[in-house]
Amino acid sequence: MITLEHIYWLTGLMMAGVSIVNWRDHSNPRRFNNTAFWGIYAVTFLVGTYLPDLVSGVLVIGMVLVASIRGLGQGRGESATRDEREASAARWGNKLFIPALAIPILTVLGTVLFKKITIGGSPLVDVKQVTVISLAIATLIALTIGLLMLRPPLSAPIREARRLLDAVGWAAVLPQMLAALGALFAIAGVGNVVSGLAQRWIPLDHPSAVIATYAIGMAVFTMIMGNAFAAFPVMTAGIGLPLIVQKFGGDPTIMSAIGMLSGFCGTLMTPMAANFNIVPTALLELPDENAVIKVQIPTALLLLAANVLLMNFLVFRH
Amino acid sequence: MLSLIGILIVVVGFILRINPLLVVTIAGLATGLAGGLGPLEVIAAFGKAFITSRYVAIVWLVLPVIGLLEHAGLKERARTVVGRLHAATTSRVLLVYFALRQITAALGLTSLGGHAQMVRPLIAPMAEGAAENRYRELPEKTRFRIRANAAAVDNIALFFGEDIFIAIGSILLIRGFLDQNGIQVEPTQLAIWAIPTAICAFVIHCTRLLFLDRKIRNEIAEKADKP
Repeated sequence: MITLEHIYWLTGLMMAGVSIVNWRDHSNPRRFNNTAFWGIYAVTFLVGTYLPDLVSGVLVIGMVLVASIRGLGQGRGESATRDEREASAARWGNKLFIPALAIPILTVLGTVLFKKITIGGSPLVDVKQVTVISLAIATLIALTIGLLMLRPPLSAPIREARRLLDAVGWAAVLPQMLAALGALFAIAGVGNVVSGLAQRWIPLDHPSAVIATYAIGMAVFTMIMGNAFAAFPVMTAGIGLPLIVQKFGGDPTIMSAIGMLSGFCGTLMTPMAANFNIVPTALLELPDENAVIKVQIPTALLLLAANVLLMNFLVFRH
Repeated sequence: MLSLIGILIVVVGFILRINPLLVVTIAGLATGLAGGLGPLEVIAAFGKAFITSRYVAIVWLVLPVIGLLEHAGLKERARTVVGRLHAATTSRVLLVYFALRQITAALGLTSLGGHAQMVRPLIAPMAEGAAENRYRELPEKTRFRIRANAAAVDNIALFFGEDIFIAIGSILLIRGFLDQNGIQVEPTQLAIWAIPTAICAFVIHCTRLLFLDRKIRNEIAEKADKP
């Protein structure tokens, strides 16, 4: 059976390759920092499952120190000039889209088909992780198509991966780091403290006030935790169920559905949701790391207001 | 109360623009210590949480093939294709992508998109290409505005589409949580009540997108006025 562990090995090999390309690139003034950063990251993928927790923790702190003291650098820019790329684009035409579109299409196919394929009674892939495993397999197939079609030198994919990964830099690791922070918040009981504060300080004797507190609380708490999934149980146990459902007789289904979506409005406004908001600014080479958040804030606020109105209107309807 | 110190560190760190990796690590270690863990226990807890969260990094596996295709001119091709459609403007390109992304996400096809797979190699170049087609050279500010909008469309359409699909993570989480509290709900019911917000999201964001073309035109006119 193909499990997440195999995909981690693959990711680890790619990170190791990126580390080696960096080591050999004299055009990067901080090449040893990059080598160490991606090298340690590779180790966490290749053998992370078997490492003692303390060793993993030390490795992570090592990565953070490498990235924050003197920081990471980048090798000399693009591998092809714009004219070369224009010429190549004209030569290959729409065929270039085939491997690119193969990734999402094969991922979707994989998520559907892999659930049905079994070998000797056990599933071919770990069904619980079918989406990420499908994504990994789809990228391998797309890469094969790309290599057969373009016939570049064999080292090209890893050099290109290095170019893009160094353009993203430390932001590539931030989502994972924030997920780890969320776990420590949970251990320390941060959620309960926050909902306790909300209950103590906000007037909660009118249904509309409670609904506004719940929806806005979901958004604010999501902004703090970076994740609506972390905010939902805390806010719903602290405010939603005892007040909206039990005290005022609201419908728990409607409250939960709209409450979760109010949390998503918070996700649009916070740098803590790094994979949605910070990583794209790095990927798109934007100088302002809050550029995506700034575009999203007006929509998020209007939509949050719409959610408060919808919940007021719908939750007590029956 | 002391356990809120991590939140304070994160807020101050982001405002002072200190390296976020460092800020988040210090916030995590401080939160653990405030929560009563010993120094070594905190480091171990942080390491364990980092290792269990590795799945969020699997998306980077797309970089070798995306990089290879970019080297071969994928972005340039995406621009050319949009250039041939005379009706294409930045707003319209992004509106079409918003609708496609939201509808496919609502059908559970959340993987048909993403910043590394779709926005960087295809959608952002197409949105930029549509504007370049009209105005030739774009000022940097406009170029960055278009790219940020492309990323925002991917996020908003995904968030407010996926909750209409009954087997998505958030619906399973809501159901599991309510179940623990003795309330049984149907996933289909949860999905249906996500529809009003999904419609609002579409109307609000697409209305804003319609103004993007005008904003780009104004930015270009502004630039042309300057000597």
